[in-house]
Amino acid sequence: MTTETKKYSATEDLAGLYTSNIALFESGSPEFMNAARKPAMEEFLRQGIPTRKQENYKYSDLQEIFNRDYHVYPSYVAREMQLNQVFKCDVPELDTNLVLIVNGWYYHQNKELNLPEGVIIDSLSKIASEKPELVEKYYSKLAKTNEDPLAALNTMLAKDGLFIYIPDGVVIEKPIQVINLLHSKEDSFATQRNLFVAGKNSQAKVVFCDHTLTSHHFLSNNLTEVFIEENANFDLYNLQNQHNQSGNLCSVFVSQERSSTSVVNTASLHGGLVRNNLKVELKGEYAEANLFGIALADSDQHIDSFTYVDHMVANCRSNQIFKNVLDEQATGGFTGRIHVQRDAQQTNAFQRNSNVLIHDDARMRTKPQLVIDADDVKCSHGATVGRIDEEALFYLKSRGINDKEARLMLMLAFTHEVIQEIRIDALRERLDDLVEKRFRGEISHCHNCMYHCC
Amino acid sequence: MSEQDKILNEVTQGEYKYGFVTNIETETIGKGLNEDVVRKISALKNEPEFMLEFRLDAFRKWEAMEMPEWAHLDIPPIDYQDIIYYAAPKQKAKYESIDEVDPELLETFNKLGIPLEEQKHLAGVAVDAVMDSVSVKTTFKETLAEKGVIFCSFSEAIQEHPDLIKKYLGSVVPSSDNYFAALNSAVFSDGSFVYIPKGVRCPMELSTYFRINAANTGQFERTLIVADDDSYVSYLEGCTAPMRDENQLHAAIVEIVVMDRAEVKYSTVQNWYPGDKDGKGGIYNFVTKRGMCKGEFSKISWTQVETGSAITWKYPSCVLMGNNSSGEFYSVAVTNNHQQADTGSKMIHIGKNTKSLIVSKGISAGKSSNAYRGLVKVIPRAINARNFSQCDSLLLGDKCGAHTFPYIEVDNKSSIVEHEATTSKIGEDQIFYCNQRGISTEDAIGMIVNGYAREVLNKLPMEFAVEAQKLLQISLEGSVG
Repeated sequence: MTTETKKYSATEDLAGLYTSNIALFESGSPEFMNAARKPAMEEFLRQGIPTRKQENYKYSDLQEIFNRDYHVYPSYVAREMQLNQVFKCDVPELDTNLVLIVNGWYYHQNKELNLPEGVIIDSLSKIASEKPELVEKYYSKLAKTNEDPLAALNTMLAKDGLFIYIPDGVVIEKPIQVINLLHSKEDSFATQRNLFVAGKNSQAKVVFCDHTLTSHHFLSNNLTEVFIEENANFDLYNLQNQHNQSGNLCSVFVSQERSSTSVVNTASLHGGLVRNNLKVELKGEYAEANLFGIALADSDQHIDSFTYVDHMVANCRSNQIFKNVLDEQATGGFTGRIHVQRDAQQTNAFQRNSNVLIHDDARMRTKPQLVIDADDVKCSHGATVGRIDEEALFYLKSRGINDKEARLMLMLAFTHEVIQEIRIDALRERLDDLVEKRFRGEISHCHNCMYHCC
Repeated sequence: MSEQDKILNEVTQGEYKYGFVTNIETETIGKGLNEDVVRKISALKNEPEFMLEFRLDAFRKWEAMEMPEWAHLDIPPIDYQDIIYYAAPKQKAKYESIDEVDPELLETFNKLGIPLEEQKHLAGVAVDAVMDSVSVKTTFKETLAEKGVIFCSFSEAIQEHPDLIKKYLGSVVPSSDNYFAALNSAVFSDGSFVYIPKGVRCPMELSTYFRINAANTGQFERTLIVADDDSYVSYLEGCTAPMRDENQLHAAIVEIVVMDRAEVKYSTVQNWYPGDKDGKGGIYNFVTKRGMCKGEFSKISWTQVETGSAITWKYPSCVLMGNNSSGEFYSVAVTNNHQQADTGSKMIHIGKNTKSLIVSKGISAGKSSNAYRGLVKVIPRAINARNFSQCDSLLLGDKCGAHTFPYIEVDNKSSIVEHEATTSKIGEDQIFYCNQRGISTEDAIGMIVNGYAREVLNKLPMEFAVEAQKLLQISLEGSVG
């Protein structure tokens, strides 16, 4: 096992990092992953690190977060300590299939999971080499490098991540919990690539928990492609809880076949700069997509969500609710696009983005969009930016509830609308609890997060 | 014939009825645009030095700019050197009385229903008629002058009120604002100027009627309205053009300055030639309209009915500078056949307790594309700002598109901004209900669309509201079934 790291700074060319280390990046990866790197690099060069000049990144300038000397890990770094010992989950009722990912790499000491036959939950790099026929037909089919520079960057540097394969008809009862750890003795940049395939009539729930274990600056560029086949049911929960010196760039691409259902629920509790790119392609009729997100931000956090729901065929439904609570100097962004293609009739598409600013320095930018090219559809979007409803507050106070408690109740009710959509009971209750603690000011740092990771 | 029958008749005729060409001698300068052309326009208009400088400065800025591409529009390349930038009906230096005006010209405006002879005093609307690039005649000038209201063509204002022009020209839309604003600032030929003095409530509605007549020309006019403290004016704008196979460019600027407690109501019925049903010809309408609520409690209200133009690119905006000022935007945009529209509003909240309202109704039919694009921005010191936006789209046909692109940027916690948008088609049940009451599907759709747009049409002055209702039906003619 080599423990090679490469140092880079954004002043150097990120693309140059790849071109001058091609052998290092290509080693251990199958042909199809390597073949995608060069075109991805050219696309990345063309688009560059996103700035506000790019319409899709109008509310997030990523130049600054990239502009730091990070180390990258083109190969696996073995760790001496047993991370699964260090790491204990404190959601007692949450019984999960636990997988650790460290700095974008599948942790080699992960415990053996007790899974139904045919299910694969393993390192992407390993499965891609051992069973390329399984991975190749899906790899990079959703993440279009010419449409997004972060997807291009990820495809250029991708080495490892998580691969999940659920065969037709298999139901995984226990949620699959993926802990993404950033652990390093220096500032580092992690690239993680995940690929999930849910076969026909299958069901699974995946929970991502993003954490930082050391206090260095981290930047992670994660990309997940999810293929949901006919009648399958797939939930993806994402708890983002990194420290405020980190940048979390998280892209999720989902494709859904006929009558499938998906839930993508993102909760951003901490993290310096968080950018979520969610794209769902509804390719088969009667498919349903649900996208939810809450973000609680304070100090100088920046949280930006970008969603794109593409109704490619008729009779699909989509539903989006995104809520932000912004305190202190936090800034929030939301861009949500619903695209109904020509002849995608009988589409029902809804989107809502609600934001509460609780400090005068907090800022919110929102940009909901409807692009409708079919006529027999019901589509709507709504966006609000405001403060706590004074009338509701007055009502509660007139019932003898003091100002602080009344505000808290209203804020909890505000966030609960998103949290209640979580379909894992233990997680939902825990998150409600966490949000309440956060609002009460009992938690102000990642160090007190639900996983007691530090 | 009852009013309803008339509407029906017009619906069945259904063509663009203002598509005639007036046979009138026109004075033009050659095609193309360069510094000399700008100088020539300025010289032709006998302008003072500061105007020439303003134009040249704008021209240099324009040269350095590129045409914007962000709109949801498919604009064919425009050859800016293939356009005539100045065309005027040949006329004497000044008309002494109405008799001297070319009868052909009078006939044109009569056909358009614009009574230049002031014979219809009852109409009670003062009109400034602009043909091609030049203001032809302004009516009721004397009556207005008694109240101290200045209402005249822009060229006249430059000669007679240079101080006011110097003070306000470009103060709301600077020449560097955008590509088309720069172009207009360099070559604009005429337009209207309105000044309402302190405490005056303008006794009648003011109106400008724009007409493009000559071929191969672009129309570049400029409107400047200044409403001093405690004044009020309601201003109407209408536009038509002949049917021609080639596309013509219209790039106008409207600037409004509103002082303490004053109010300006600006209504537009835009009916430029939209091109034929195959998308051939039509006007490119690239307009910059912006109002500045400079004083406290000032108010600007934009109402627009957009039915014409092959391509519309237009965002009437309000800059809410004064504390407690308010801005409103009501819009109905109809696109049919191959028309494209990207229109909406900007509300910039700068003062405290400012309010804004946006009501936008888009109707798309045929193979058209109709987009709402708007910005609501609240800066940190604009405390207690309030905005509500409602953008609805109605789709009539499965080949058209309706798009909504609102931008909301809020920088303080005491403000409330709400936006909602829906897209749907006319319910089958509604049409069925009308059918079984003996109303044909076409009429039913006309009724439903009018009902849908009523909230906006109600904001128009009465004469315009009637015209706008008819226009809606004509624009949608042939879009059913």
